[in-house]
Amino acid sequence: MPRSYSILIVDDEISVRDSLYNWFTDDGYIVEVAEDAKTALNMLEENSYDIILADIRMPGMDGLEMQRRIRKMNDKAIVIIMTAFASVDSAVQALKDGAYDYVTKPFDPDDLSHMIRNATKQLNLSDENETLREKVSTLESVDDIIGDSPAMQNVLNEVEIVAKTDSTVIITGDSGTGKELIARAIHANSPRRYFPLVAVHCGALAESLLESELFGHAKGAFTGAQFQRKGKFEMADGGTIFLDEIATISSKMQIELLRVLETKTFVRVGGTKEIKSDFRVICATNRDLKQMVKEGNFREDLYYRLNVYNIHIPPLRERLSDVPLLAGYFLKKYAKAMNKAITKIDESAIKALQEYEWPGNVRELENMIERAVVVGSEPAITAKDLPIVKNSGTPLPGVEKLDDLEKTHILQVLSKYEWNISKSAAALGIDRVTLYNKIKKHQIQRPER
Amino acid sequence: LQQIVLLPLNLNNEEILNDVRNEVAAEFKARVILSYIPFDVSAYIDAKRLQYDANTIMRDLYPLLPASADKVVAIMDGDLFIPILTFIFGQAYVNNKLSLVSTYRLLPERYGLPPDEKIFKARLVKEVIHELGHNYGLRHCFQPVCVMRSSTYVEDIDLKEQHLCPKCRLKIPHLTPSAL
Repeated sequence: MPRSYSILIVDDEISVRDSLYNWFTDDGYIVEVAEDAKTALNMLEENSYDIILADIRMPGMDGLEMQRRIRKMNDKAIVIIMTAFASVDSAVQALKDGAYDYVTKPFDPDDLSHMIRNATKQLNLSDENETLREKVSTLESVDDIIGDSPAMQNVLNEVEIVAKTDSTVIITGDSGTGKELIARAIHANSPRRYFPLVAVHCGALAESLLESELFGHAKGAFTGAQFQRKGKFEMADGGTIFLDEIATISSKMQIELLRVLETKTFVRVGGTKEIKSDFRVICATNRDLKQMVKEGNFREDLYYRLNVYNIHIPPLRERLSDVPLLAGYFLKKYAKAMNKAITKIDESAIKALQEYEWPGNVRELENMIERAVVVGSEPAITAKDLPIVKNSGTPLPGVEKLDDLEKTHILQVLSKYEWNISKSAAALGIDRVTLYNKIKKHQIQRPER
Repeated sequence: LQQIVLLPLNLNNEEILNDVRNEVAAEFKARVILSYIPFDVSAYIDAKRLQYDANTIMRDLYPLLPASADKVVAIMDGDLFIPILTFIFGQAYVNNKLSLVSTYRLLPERYGLPPDEKIFKARLVKEVIHELGHNYGLRHCFQPVCVMRSSTYVEDIDLKEQHLCPKCRLKIPHLTPSAL
């Protein structure tokens, strides 16, 4: 068997529980038993089981009702309903409610063995499917790393070196430089590549939400927590967790995170059971963490725990030789997606692209090429298709600080798109998370309507 | 030397039992003896299922086991069941002293085939060694030919060999190379 599957047996008859416990334990399964539905549901709140074998007739809640509740807690678990009193109605109902199978007691040993074997095959396929999906997305993303400038080649060499280790990595670089892609490349080349890469955008979530996102929560842990939920640390078991915008986490979360990184154990929000998980941490930030430590805004112990290996991605303005290659790659991508026969970027456009400062980095370049493909005509993109405005050299009236300029510009764009964050972010050439961070940073308030 | 007792409950075929004894002795490097105690299995027949209740037989047999024996395998000809399963070939207390084996479903004639003592004896030897393996703490093995592989129908028994695979052997302290 590729992994040990867990089985929960729910039956009010002790002889049934004992017999099935011994049967499945002998076959190498991890088996637990419950004498009624209530006990089983309590156990399911704390643990997850791959297969649940439940009797249909039990005192209190019956097997069918229990199955409905299990479905709401864990839609992946395989539920097999057992009964000593077979009826077509109850069988149909069980299957309609999502039971994997329905069996009549006593079982033929061979039937039971086959049924469980088939159930594990289905679980195997489902596991494999998830892993492959993750792998495909990772591979696609790795292909997206473009750049033959010495600076970028240096980054890729570092990726290769660090991928082979299990060290914590911190990726630094301006917004839009492709920090997540580098994290994916490290994961895809690491021994953990067959396990998930779980990404968390720390800046996009409020503290309480981030806590539940990272550690998971027990049922009823807070209003709206109707079901227990696995956290990202648990989901990353065996693989890698990517913590983006790490500098934005609160001091309370910094303490929590430090504890988890040191012990690799945590408790779900509102839960009591300690959960172990084996994950590698890669985090990213566009801030100067060392400076934040000096200013007392980031814990020094956490900084040293995270900063085992640092990869810095240079901004696009420092590797302008990559611009034609990147632009060509994005052109191919968007021309294909939009079914347009634009095959090249003419010299005037390339010149304009290489003269630009790229404050939004690769993301801005990608957005610009996408726009150019929309407005451009076949067969080539020209300078007039690019929304690059040459600097007139005259500062905006009343604005001297760069920060003020940024704030004013963001405000203008937000009001132009009526505070639609996605549209505004796209227009600014940054992602939504970055825009939220900038709104927070500049304390921009949405006007009352 | 380990002492294993074969305890026929209502079987009289001495020749086959002697053969089983020799095979078990060779596999477990143990002293194997045939022993008889008065025990009436007819009291354990379930009126509805017309089969013998393995759990109750084992429960009642346990206090009667010879103290000198390390392991005891009771063998009977009746069809055995446990409540959750339609039948069982045998059952064992894992890492304990007692197991119970039925010859009922090992006979080729139960499947509409002509009697074949050779096949029957081979199946019985495998079943006895399998249950004894559980008595020695072994769980089911995934090696295709290991005697500890789970068998849910009679052809499964025919497919495996009567021996423990090297991995299973290593789990029984007195069969490890250093002990031998």
